[in-house]
Amino acid sequence: MDVLLKADNISGGYNNKEAVIRDVSLEVKRGDFLGIIGPNGSGKSTLLRLMTHVLIPQKGKVTLEGKDITRMNLKEFSRKAAFVPQETLINFSFKVQEIVLMGRIPHLKRLQFETKKDFLAAEDALSLTDALYLKDKEIDRLSSGERQRVIIAKALAQEPVLLFLDEPTSHLDIGHQIQILDLLKKLNQEKKLTIVIVLHDLNLVSEYCDRIVLLNEGRIFCEGTPSEVLTYQNIEAVYKTIVVVNKNPISFKPYVVLVSGNRVCRRD
Amino acid sequence: MTSSLRIKILVLFIMLAFAVVLGITKGSVNIPLLELFLAENRQILYLRLLRIFLAIIAGSGLAVSGIALQGILRNPLAEPYLLGTSSGAGLGAVIAIIMGVGSFYLPAAAFTGAILSIILVYAIAKQGNRIPAQSLILSGAIVSIVLSGIIVFFISMSTNEALHGFMWWLWGSLEVYDVRLLFMVSIVVLSGIAAIYVFSQDLNAMSIGEEEAIHLGIKTETTKKILFFITSLITASLVSISGIIGFVGLIIPHIMRFIVGPNHKVLIPCSCLAAATFMVLCDTISRTAFSPLEIPIGVITAVIGAPIFVILLKRSQGVK
Repeated sequence: MDVLLKADNISGGYNNKEAVIRDVSLEVKRGDFLGIIGPNGSGKSTLLRLMTHVLIPQKGKVTLEGKDITRMNLKEFSRKAAFVPQETLINFSFKVQEIVLMGRIPHLKRLQFETKKDFLAAEDALSLTDALYLKDKEIDRLSSGERQRVIIAKALAQEPVLLFLDEPTSHLDIGHQIQILDLLKKLNQEKKLTIVIVLHDLNLVSEYCDRIVLLNEGRIFCEGTPSEVLTYQNIEAVYKTIVVVNKNPISFKPYVVLVSGNRVCRRD
Repeated sequence: MTSSLRIKILVLFIMLAFAVVLGITKGSVNIPLLELFLAENRQILYLRLLRIFLAIIAGSGLAVSGIALQGILRNPLAEPYLLGTSSGAGLGAVIAIIMGVGSFYLPAAAFTGAILSIILVYAIAKQGNRIPAQSLILSGAIVSIVLSGIIVFFISMSTNEALHGFMWWLWGSLEVYDVRLLFMVSIVVLSGIAAIYVFSQDLNAMSIGEEEAIHLGIKTETTKKILFFITSLITASLVSISGIIGFVGLIIPHIMRFIVGPNHKVLIPCSCLAAATFMVLCDTISRTAFSPLEIPIGVITAVIGAPIFVILLKRSQGVK
C-alpha cells in the first residue's frame, strides 16, 4: 500500500498563539481506515484542520500523493480530499439536492452550470448514503441523522480519494451511529475510499478502524492496531480514568468498559 | 430550470412592467399612458423614465449588495445601511461637496467614506479574532447614527446654499439631478452586480459555512475581501446619487429566498427584478402620496422595512 497523505513533523494551531499540535508525523496509506482518538483538547480537530488546508502548519509540511498541499490549488486539493464536520448548521433553506451539488464545485469552473454528469454524481452519492428520497426536501427540515447522511453525500459527490470526518456521529443515536459507520466501512472496502476519522467513542473506533492514532496534549501518544493502542495502560495514562479492556464477544476486537469513580473508591 | 421557477420569473417581469407603467403615468400630474408619447409630454416622460431607471439601478444594487454581505457574513440581517456603510458613503460625499469637489469625483469620495466606515465598524465589533454577528449589527447601528449626525452637522453649518436643500442625503431621493453622474453610477453598479453574480457559487458554499467552503476549494478570505470591496463600491456609487436608502437590501433578499430559494444563481437575478419593482413603487408613492410634496424614499422603505427587520431579528434570536 502506498502512502496517500503524509504529515511530516507538523506543528500548528490558531493564529499566532501557542501551537496546539506539536511535532506530529503521520502516514495515511491508500485504503486505510484510520481513527484518531484522544481526550478533549488533545488537538484532534486541529490535526484534521492542518491536514486539510484549513490551517497552515507553522512548521513541517503535509503532502498528498507527494505534493505539498500548501502549494496545491485549493480546488485541486478538494477534488482529492473531502471533509465531513461534526454538525452542520445551515441558516438558509437549501434543497438537499442543491447541498449535494455543492460537492461538485471543485469540479466546476466559475459560472459553469452543473451538467448531467454532476447531477448523476449527486444522485449516486445520495443513493450510496440512502438519502435519495430526501432529494427535494429542505436541509433545515431534516433530522440530524438525515442531515448528516446528506452532508456525507455532499462529500462523496466531490469524488474524493480521501475522506476526513470529525466526529460525524457524535450527535446521533446508536442506531444512526452504526448506520453511518457501516456506510463508511462499505465505501472503504468497495470503493477503496481512504478514511481518516476522529471519534470519541473508543469502542466504535476499535470496531471499525484498522489503525488508530492516540493523541495526547498535541502529540502522538501511540499508534497501531486497535489491540495495540486500546490497552488499559494507554487509556488510563491519557484519559486519566480507570477502565477495563475486554474483548468484544463477536468481533474479538478490544472492548473498553468504563469503571465509575464510586466503585473505585468502594473497592479501595 | 424548473417550470415553476420559470413562472415565478415571468411573474416578476410582469410586476416590474406594471410598476414601470404606474411610475410613468402617476406623478404630480397624472397622464394616461398613451398621451405620454405626445410631443408636449416628451419632457415629463424623459424625466420620469430617468427616475425609473435610477430606481431600477438603485433597487438591484442595494439588494445584491445585501445578498453578498448576508452570504459572506452568514447572517440574514447584514445590509449596507445597517452596517453603516451607507452613512459613511453619505458623509464622504457631503464633505466632498463642501470642499467644492466636482460631481464627477463624488462617487470616489463616497467610496472612501464607505471603506473607512467599514473599517471602523469592524474594529468596534471585533472580539479577539471573531466578529460575532450581533455585535456587528450593534456597532453598525452606532457608527451609522454617529455618521448621520455628522452629516446633519455639516449640512447645517454649511454656507453652501445648495446643500441646505439636500435633506435627501439622509433619507434618499431618486430625483436625477445629474445625468452624467447617473450614467457613471449605473456602469459601476451594473458591473458590480455582474461581478457578484460571478461569485454565486462561492456564496452558496460560504452560506453553509466558512470551513465548509474551504473544503470545497473556495478561497474564503480572498472572496470575502473582494466582495466587501464590490459591495462598498456599489453602495458608495448609489449613495452619491440617491442618498441613503435603507432596508431594501434586507427585505427583498429575504422575501426572495422564501419564494425562489437560497441558491445564489437564481436568487441574485430574481432579487434584482423584485427590488427594482419595489423601488419603482416606493418612488411612485413618495411622489404621489402627498403631492405636490415629495416624501424622501428612505422614509417609505424604512416604514415598510423596519417591521420586517424586527420579525427577522426575533426569528434569528429564536434559532439561537
